Amino acid sequence: MDTVWGALALSLKVAGLATLLAGLAGVATGFVLARGRFPGRDVLDTLLTLPMVLPPTVLGYYLLVLLGRQGALGGWLQAQWGINLIFSWQGAVIAAAVVAFPLVFKPARAAFEAVDGQQEQAAQVLGISRLAVFFRITLPLAWRGILAGILLAFARALGEFGATLMVAGSIPGKTQTLSIAVYEAVQAGQDDVANLLVAVISAVCITVLLAAGYLAPGRVAQR
Amino acid sequence: MLDIAIQKTLHTGKRSFQLNVQLQSASQHTVLFGQSGAGKSLTLKAIAGLMTPDSGHIRLGGRLLFSQPGGVNLTPQARQLGYLFQDYALFPHLTVRQNVAFGLVRGWLNPRTSAQHDEVEHWLHSFGLAAMAQQRPGELSGGQRQRVALARALVAKPRALLLDEPFAALDPALRHDMRQALLALLAQVQIPLLLITHDEQDVSLFGQQVFELRDGQAHAANLATFTEATSRHDR
Repeated sequence: MDTVWGALALSLKVAGLATLLAGLAGVATGFVLARGRFPGRDVLDTLLTLPMVLPPTVLGYYLLVLLGRQGALGGWLQAQWGINLIFSWQGAVIAAAVVAFPLVFKPARAAFEAVDGQQEQAAQVLGISRLAVFFRITLPLAWRGILAGILLAFARALGEFGATLMVAGSIPGKTQTLSIAVYEAVQAGQDDVANLLVAVISAVCITVLLAAGYLAPGRVAQR
Repeated sequence: MLDIAIQKTLHTGKRSFQLNVQLQSASQHTVLFGQSGAGKSLTLKAIAGLMTPDSGHIRLGGRLLFSQPGGVNLTPQARQLGYLFQDYALFPHLTVRQNVAFGLVRGWLNPRTSAQHDEVEHWLHSFGLAAMAQQRPGELSGGQRQRVALARALVAKPRALLLDEPFAALDPALRHDMRQALLALLAQVQIPLLLITHDEQDVSLFGQQVFELRDGQAHAANLATFTEATSRHDR
């Protein structure tokens, strides 16, 4: 039983941190792509959406190449800070964050595009700086759409399997998350463990989806 | 009072629009009259600093707001103007009181719903908005929304008031009442006013000096012709 709760705790930690990373990066890039006018914007949008459609194993392979000891980023991290992300729970966070990122970025971009520019202009004329206008007008008006995306990203990060397995492996108590533990339990013929794991992860995902559906734009008229 | 000479070329698809507005007004209340698409809103946005002209200058109440040869271009924040947008641009996520207090509170946080500012309470009361101070703009009628927008602009003690078609979004019965209310307000607060409209009645009521915009160019117009036209319309 300990493996179940240990795996749940690890999964929540990994998915929570991954959602935080994906949330910050997704909101920032969503805003830049909604408002910025620069060449290559559509290409960048496509590249940033890629993690949503690529097979997770392919994504995991890219991450291994990038973060491994021989990789561009991994080699630098190892030499400069002595950090090795492969087969660590931090590596699992990175993998889950990359997979979940488009689920924040896409709705965030749409939500920022839907904000009425005139309200931002009105705030500026009233003497409020551009940065303060972002926090007082733009972000609150886009918040509903962003939050729905963040909840979906959390559910996706919680269910992450392929990329996480490639990058972090399946070390019980260290990198073995719920979804990986399910696979291991079924392989080992531990049906009672598998049943419990599946029930726990289903309950968490249903809760998250209900919350996301409730917050989705259009459900409650905002204006 | 008001001295404008601005040029701006806008491109939308294959079409382009030339704004070339030159006007000087010594009056406290100036009205810019013209059909939609003549460049009225664009001119108002340039004065507020929301649109940067290609060349020229804008001087309002003795202050230089914009000068392309002089390299002057004050930010909208620094111009300290009151701007009433055509559909009011109220903040839908804030209460009426927060909307009105918006410009008084600097920094990254919106005014609290419970915050009391003497200036805010004064305008809420004099505009009859005190009873709905905790409501959001979505729950208000058109006339109430306009008063919230006016109060929000006036609380910041602007150096001038810019009104973009202030009565176009109201139904005719309400339009009459709101015009009278604005006239009464203007008699009470001495503040330079620039109003843009396509409605001749607005011109005859608010204009001390009138300009007509046609195809991006301003022409001085005679106030008397508008007064005659509207009196013929009415009676």
